Amino acid sequence: MPAEIQPTASLAIETAAAAELASEDISRGRLVLRRFLRKKVALCGLVVLVLLAAFALIGPYLTKWDYQSTDYNSFLEGPSRDHWFGTTQIGQDVYAQTLRGLQKSLVIGLLAAFVSTGLAAVVGATAGYFGGWADRVLMWFVDLLLVLPAFLIIAILSPSFRGKTWLLFVLLLAAFSWMITARVVRGLALSLKEREFVQAARFMGVKPRKIIFRHLLPNMSSLLIIDATLNVGGAILAETGLSYFGFGVQPPDVSLGTLIADGTRSAITFPWLFLFSGGALIITVLAVSVIGDGMRDALDPNSASTNKS
Amino acid sequence: MTQPAPSEPVLRVSNLVVDFPSEAGTVNAVRGVSYEVAPGEVFGVVGESGSGKSVSALAVLGLLPKQARVSGSVQYRGRELLGLGDAEMSEIRGLEIAMVFQDPLSALTPVYTVGQQIVEAVRIHNDVSRDDAEAKATELLDLVGIPNPGERARSFPHEFSGGMRQRVMIAMAIANNPDVIIADEPTTALDVTIQAQVLEVLERAQEATGAAIVMITHDLGVIAGFADRVMVMYAGKPVETGSVDDVFYRPRMPYTLGLLGSLPRADATAREPLTPVEGNPPSLVGLPAGCPFAPRCPLKIDVCEVTEPPLLPTDDPWHASACHRTAYVAENDLKPTDVFAAPIPPPVVDEAMREGRPVVLQVTDLVRTFPLTRGLIFRRQVGEVAAVDGISFDIREGETLGLVGESGCGKTTTINEILALAKPTSGAISVLGRDTATLSTRERHDLRRHISVVFQDPMASLDPKLPVSDILSEGLSTYGVDKSERSRRVRELLQLVGLSPTHASRYPHEFSGGQRQRVGIARALALQPKLVVLDEPVSALDVSIRAGVINLLEQLRATLRLSYLFVAHDLSVVRHSADRVAVMYLGRIVELGAVAPVFAQPAHPYTQALLSAIPLPDPRRERARKRIILQGDLPSTKEERVGCRFRARCPTFAALDETRRQACIEVDPSLTPHGPDHVAACHYPHEANVF
Repeated sequence: MPAEIQPTASLAIETAAAAELASEDISRGRLVLRRFLRKKVALCGLVVLVLLAAFALIGPYLTKWDYQSTDYNSFLEGPSRDHWFGTTQIGQDVYAQTLRGLQKSLVIGLLAAFVSTGLAAVVGATAGYFGGWADRVLMWFVDLLLVLPAFLIIAILSPSFRGKTWLLFVLLLAAFSWMITARVVRGLALSLKEREFVQAARFMGVKPRKIIFRHLLPNMSSLLIIDATLNVGGAILAETGLSYFGFGVQPPDVSLGTLIADGTRSAITFPWLFLFSGGALIITVLAVSVIGDGMRDALDPNSASTNKS
Repeated sequence: MTQPAPSEPVLRVSNLVVDFPSEAGTVNAVRGVSYEVAPGEVFGVVGESGSGKSVSALAVLGLLPKQARVSGSVQYRGRELLGLGDAEMSEIRGLEIAMVFQDPLSALTPVYTVGQQIVEAVRIHNDVSRDDAEAKATELLDLVGIPNPGERARSFPHEFSGGMRQRVMIAMAIANNPDVIIADEPTTALDVTIQAQVLEVLERAQEATGAAIVMITHDLGVIAGFADRVMVMYAGKPVETGSVDDVFYRPRMPYTLGLLGSLPRADATAREPLTPVEGNPPSLVGLPAGCPFAPRCPLKIDVCEVTEPPLLPTDDPWHASACHRTAYVAENDLKPTDVFAAPIPPPVVDEAMREGRPVVLQVTDLVRTFPLTRGLIFRRQVGEVAAVDGISFDIREGETLGLVGESGCGKTTTINEILALAKPTSGAISVLGRDTATLSTRERHDLRRHISVVFQDPMASLDPKLPVSDILSEGLSTYGVDKSERSRRVRELLQLVGLSPTHASRYPHEFSGGQRQRVGIARALALQPKLVVLDEPVSALDVSIRAGVINLLEQLRATLRLSYLFVAHDLSVVRHSADRVAVMYLGRIVELGAVAPVFAQPAHPYTQALLSAIPLPDPRRERARKRIILQGDLPSTKEERVGCRFRARCPTFAALDETRRQACIEVDPSLTPHGPDHVAACHYPHEANVF
């Protein structure tokens, strides 16, 4: 760069203060993190979620029972010293089952939500930003997926992935839950691309891919975060429904969905069958949504509670 | 001297205080406003955004939201209005005190015809039959100058243009012969020629009803020509009141001096630097003791920071000022330039050398058409509109070309075409000698760094999700500048536009409007462009902030040898900042030339009308001026065009006889020279000074 640029003479600048702070340009990520850490409730949610995840991963090692093994001395008994959460009709340990189910549901829910929202964001923003043919083709595709009966298709496909990795199930769940969000994202992208800061970037020669990821998507981050949060609950519920009918997680494997489905029939008479898996579901979804709120406040510098950085 | 309000004021506001509770603390929006308005008087209230001028007006009508705490006294003909219930206030609103709002579109209900809305306004307060009310509505629409009033009464608000809607609002306001009309920025959203029309209508409405008008505006020019007395507000308090002559010619409060000094004048003869008021208006939450203007005031003395000065009479009993230094200002009769430091004028680019300087931007016969389509399912093209229809101009190194015209004339299309660097519908654009029609993608990308843009709204033009450092380095990283160099350059740019490098990690919303615009300018300069397109760069800013940004732009142009394409609807700013000016009307340039001859001897009747419509912040000249009021609005660009496209509104055409009119009807005038650097497109030009 040529050195011809001089500071304007008429405007006094505190050069001392400038030199002091010049060395650290605080990055956006650090600012967001700092804001997030200021939100106590969201932090609690994060702690709870991390604890739940850790519990789901480490918890099974704390008991001698496996989620598949049966105790022939104990059928349908309430929580005791031996079986912390009680046992089922066939003597399986509810504690071990709940943890296994929690593990599975957390992973499926988070992954499906993440994939679905990511897909929606990319497809919607691409369609909205480019417009024209790209828009038309992508929206046709979205409309096509919307009219397909998702439940039936997953049900029909499920025998073919029986015995294969459950990741296919995640992809399938995600593949049928992103379309509405993609339409909303497209609408936002259409209005955002007319905004002057996007115009400015375009006139500066910034590549479309960069504009989409740097300007369009962050400016709809609130929507995407809320959507992802709702999708976690939604994905877990979809998985529950499918598992209930035997199309989702296959026995002998369990998920919160299959456990709740099994427990509902005896929810009042043998509450431990239902209470622990149901409670785990509620706590999980609550924690995720509280985190979502905190993330939105941290990412959105215009939210009311943000302090000066 | 001008007499104060006679013994029986129609509206008396005393010690009005308005507070709003907020999360950050109590907002003291209005902190003690007192004034009286006499029957038939025009009382002007001037202030910047946040000065409490609109809030105080809404408080008079009891229209503030419920959480507002209002105290003091508002008396209408001796009757106390504060504390009246909503039902009782409704008896007064519209009938005794009427209001004209800024945004006429949101002030009219879109689902009723304007006739129905006026009829409703009439029948609420009068027991008249529907037929009589309709007749009255037609009469009112006629009075405010709406053609075919009977027919237009059956139209919906969206079928009216902005100026026409504002006329409807005025018609509704005077429907019940009110004694007071409160007009809150009635012309701010309108073009300058439409503003002149609306002000004339307002004047006519006042004559018809004999009402007093409280005119709230930020535009000192409008006040100068329209008001009898004026009150200047700052931080929720009046800081100076008096007759317009007193306030404009003998200002005693440094803030008023600052406002007057920071205004560019359309009738200026030489380019004089503006005197900006440094700093920003204070936050109205937890205002510190002392004069709220003290932090920005060059005349500040110790007492200013301790006690807030009351509004006291100056050397003239009817002229009051809230300043500890009033006596000092009066004694020396200080002018804006005595109080505020004018920046060192930037070196003037040698005008005579124009031919010798390289051409930065050359636009030749540029045409841009948009297809008109019809049908929802099968879209078919039914025609096309030419938003820009054959314009040519060039910009040479180091000069500023002002592009002016009313909204809808094609200014924005022109700059979008230039910035897109694409092949236009027809004609040619060449930037730095490269024709944009023949560029490869790679070459186009390389050329982009030499041309940049500053937008009107500094909030909308900066990505709210990015800190300033990222905003400024975006262009740099696009052209492969490495990280350490980027961060060095960001600090350099911030200093260049008068911000502190410590601001790099802040987000746009943490800046004031003027600072944000400086960030926008810094971004435009990041890649060291040759040409900067300025799209209304100061029209969203407050008056006292504006001057600083204008001065900055001038300084940058001189030090960095930039060329500007300055798009504006405010001709005073163009007169101040530009070297040459192009006046656009309906996609055409009707007059082009150096600013001095174009402003002093405009040849095209449209330029004359445009210049004549600019209000000057000079009461005496304003009273003596004869306005050229254009009839009607900017016609649609869709209409078939033969001959001169201005003739429907042209005062010259209207005065011609049949035979001479033929030329205007049949032949499209081309640009013909009127001086060394001055061309105009008119068959019957006559130069006239309109100031």
